[in-house]
Amino acid sequence: MQIGVPRETRARETRVAATPKTIEQLVGLGYDVAVESGAGERASFSDEAYAAAGARVVTAEEAWGSPIVHKVNAPSDAEVARLRPGTVLVSLLAPAITPDLVEKLRAAGVTAMAMDAVPRISRAQSLDVLSSMANIAGYRAVVEAAHEFGSFFTGQVTAAGKVPPAKVLVAGAGVAGLAAIGTARSLGAIVRATDARAEVAEQVESMGADFLAVQMPEVDAAATSSDGYAKEMGEEYNRRAAELYAAQAPDVDIIVTTALIPGRPAPRLITGEMVASMKPGSVIVDMAAANGGNVEGAVADEMVVTDNGVTIIGYTDLAARLPTQASQLYGTNLVNLMKLLTPGKDGELVLDFDDVVQRNMTVARDGELLWPPPAIQVSAAPVAQTASGTKIVKEPEPPKDPRRRYAGMAIGAVVFGAVAAVSPPSFLGHFTVFALAVVIGYYVIGNVHHALHTPLMSVTNAISGIIVVGALLQLGSAGSVGGTKGVVIMVLGFVAALLASINIFGGFTVTRRMLTMFRKG
Amino acid sequence: MDIALIQAAYIVAALLFIMSLAGLSKHETARDGNVLGMVGMGIALVATLWLSLRDAAWSAWLLIGVAMVIGAAIGIARARRVEMTGMPELIAMLHSFVGAAAVLVGINTFVATSDLVGVEGEAVHLVEIFLGVFIGAVTFTGSIVAFLKLSARISSKPLMLPARHWLNLTALVVSAGLLVWFVAAHSIVPLLVMTAIALAFGWHLVASIGGGDMPVVVSMLNSYSGWAAAAAGFMLGNDLLIVTGALVGSSGAYLSYIMCTAMNRSFVSVIAGGFGSDGAVFDSDVDYGDHRETNASEVADLLKNASSVVITPGYGMAVAQAQYPVAELTAKLRERGVDVRFGIHPVAGRLPGHMNVLLAEARVPYDIVLEMDEVNDDFPDTDVVLVIGANDTVNPAAAEDPTSPIAGMPVLQVWNAKDVVVFKRSMNAGYAGVQNPLFFRDNSAMLFGDAKERVEDIIKAL
Repeated sequence: MQIGVPRETRARETRVAATPKTIEQLVGLGYDVAVESGAGERASFSDEAYAAAGARVVTAEEAWGSPIVHKVNAPSDAEVARLRPGTVLVSLLAPAITPDLVEKLRAAGVTAMAMDAVPRISRAQSLDVLSSMANIAGYRAVVEAAHEFGSFFTGQVTAAGKVPPAKVLVAGAGVAGLAAIGTARSLGAIVRATDARAEVAEQVESMGADFLAVQMPEVDAAATSSDGYAKEMGEEYNRRAAELYAAQAPDVDIIVTTALIPGRPAPRLITGEMVASMKPGSVIVDMAAANGGNVEGAVADEMVVTDNGVTIIGYTDLAARLPTQASQLYGTNLVNLMKLLTPGKDGELVLDFDDVVQRNMTVARDGELLWPPPAIQVSAAPVAQTASGTKIVKEPEPPKDPRRRYAGMAIGAVVFGAVAAVSPPSFLGHFTVFALAVVIGYYVIGNVHHALHTPLMSVTNAISGIIVVGALLQLGSAGSVGGTKGVVIMVLGFVAALLASINIFGGFTVTRRMLTMFRKG
Repeated sequence: MDIALIQAAYIVAALLFIMSLAGLSKHETARDGNVLGMVGMGIALVATLWLSLRDAAWSAWLLIGVAMVIGAAIGIARARRVEMTGMPELIAMLHSFVGAAAVLVGINTFVATSDLVGVEGEAVHLVEIFLGVFIGAVTFTGSIVAFLKLSARISSKPLMLPARHWLNLTALVVSAGLLVWFVAAHSIVPLLVMTAIALAFGWHLVASIGGGDMPVVVSMLNSYSGWAAAAAGFMLGNDLLIVTGALVGSSGAYLSYIMCTAMNRSFVSVIAGGFGSDGAVFDSDVDYGDHRETNASEVADLLKNASSVVITPGYGMAVAQAQYPVAELTAKLRERGVDVRFGIHPVAGRLPGHMNVLLAEARVPYDIVLEMDEVNDDFPDTDVVLVIGANDTVNPAAAEDPTSPIAGMPVLQVWNAKDVVVFKRSMNAGYAGVQNPLFFRDNSAMLFGDAKERVEDIIKAL
């Protein structure tokens, strides 16, 4: 089958869906690749390089007429019209935000696969363009900020005076946030980062930044939604987060915001007041500007300078500003997808909807609308969903009424009292010893090292051979009893003493044998 | 004066036993703990012999001497010879001896005191005898079944008699009735009938518990043997027996409790027997996808390039006797600077702490043998996990599939590591009868065959 790679037509788009390297791999999977002339120009890939890699360089018509079309951006209306029914279109589609487009593709009879609807499961990581693009965008965001920032990032002491290091605040420690942290760190800045998910603190710290936690421990667990993305937080959380940002804004020089919840307007993190409180010359990069922005006053695709001299960058094409690398990573994601879709490596595309990855990405097929896909749990095995739903799920037991426990204790005390009242005093004496020994046994064992369970068991075994005492006493007194009774006592006592002795000697010996084996490395 | 001295000796012995158990809780003090236990036992025996033989005939001397010498010879010989993999069987057998001794001592006590009718506290005394014999009998046959199951002389599958809970209940009720008769009639008949019932009860109790629950069963029987000794102490009015029995009983009960927590099951449900006895059905026809097979040289390459390796052994390692090659592999990898550690699930094997003993036997240093909780958080940073003969204890279904019969059981989260190699004889399900989705994960590979041979192959390939 032929894969068509048309030139991207969206304004400011520089990327291309295939590079010479990825074309070699696609050809290896058995596909013919037709690249529109000039498609890779802005990403520094010449037509000759494509041809050398095994692609045919063709006209736009032919590229669009291929049974499979690889693109970066979602097609425009004019482009949708160029697609023939039955074509497999693979590109970014943002199906959650642009239902109209999905509907048009469905009406056109196109099988549409959204590269931005890859489920976040480990198996699908190699096709996750959101991650690969976010990585690039995070890097570029810092580079853009450095470009606008009127000072060094790193601190220096020079003959002409001391330069303090820049302070960078990264809001949101997803892929983009972590990339931004890494880039800013390697430029020498002091980096701080925040995230609603407390569990990412470790990742942040591993990148060399300080994690600023929003002090609200009880919501931590809820911050990661089942699909692996951050989710929206409650009001109380937002209030406390706002306090944190307000405190940081006047102190830092650079803010990079990356808070984006898929398919939702971006949460407002930095208000106008906070922007106004920043030092003149500070730079904010709002990576969520396309979805309304995390920063008040950010304009998508624009750079604005506020009255107090703060630059707010709202570029939405940060990844496209590194066209060569972005194209390479995007193209590799596509190759990984095609590997999944070409089980026979024979150039024949096979869609398998039993595979959650493929099912999840496909938004339309043969005139059928397939968005939204059935929910999948990222953290669970895919099997969990297909398992039959008829199994009985045990209800958690309701907590027991404490009154019942107290009543039980009271009854126990009364019964014990009654028994004690009719018992001889010697019994109570023994019972005291018994009760105390039970408690001691419990506490002595309480902190035993796990590895020593077996030796402990064999030693208790040996010790419980103490029952030999009973047998010995009986043997000793048997002689004075006399008669058949004496003989019975003697025989039983003899056997009991023998068995208990095996226990005593065997138990201690084997324990010693085991313990000598344990050694420290 | 004699009696006071003997009492003092008993108190010292009891304290030594407590210190012995306390010493056993740490590696550094464990050997001293064992020695303290021996000293305590020695003191107790000397005192008892003195008490018993002060004015006994020479025949008693002879009997006691012969009994103890034979017992010691058998015990020491067995203890010297036993393989570390056979430790669970030995311990189960030793439990049965305590149970049998308790039964004999109990019946003997009754025979010896049967003419003391109408003494004050006679009823209490009879109840003590009755309970002592009952617990002893249950321990005796229960331990024998455990021994037979552990040594694979009988199938380790749970025995599922119809209405088995009712059988157990009936045995208890009838025994209670016999107790009333026994106290009222002061006759040996109900005692012997009860002994027979208790023997059958103990047999059935353990027969209906499956092989994988054996760590709980063994520690439970350990506890029973303690209670049996304590009951004997009550009937003989001997505080040393009471203290020792109570120590062993409560420590065994606590160990059982730890094991149950490790399996996320209630004690009652383990004792009542049988996984899935609540009627849950496991459908085996769920499609889990395909597993990936690997071979020894691939695993060797994987290990060569790894910087951290965790080995999670299970009962399969004990069965294959693979602990020596595993230890050799560990040593080899550590020489290369690979960080090798062991992750032990609390119920791995058939005895609490079974894996630790095997690894210690193979001279694996104990400070790299870690508990589940110590190692679980490290899996995401681990390059390779070798799962050797473990199955249910590394099953992700326990953590992720709420409908699984083992749901909620804490498991070793090996699937978070970069690569997982599972050593297994075949694709059969584990003890719990639950399929293991781990085998079908993208980051796991199966290495089929005898664990010992496979590990040896890997060592060669290294």
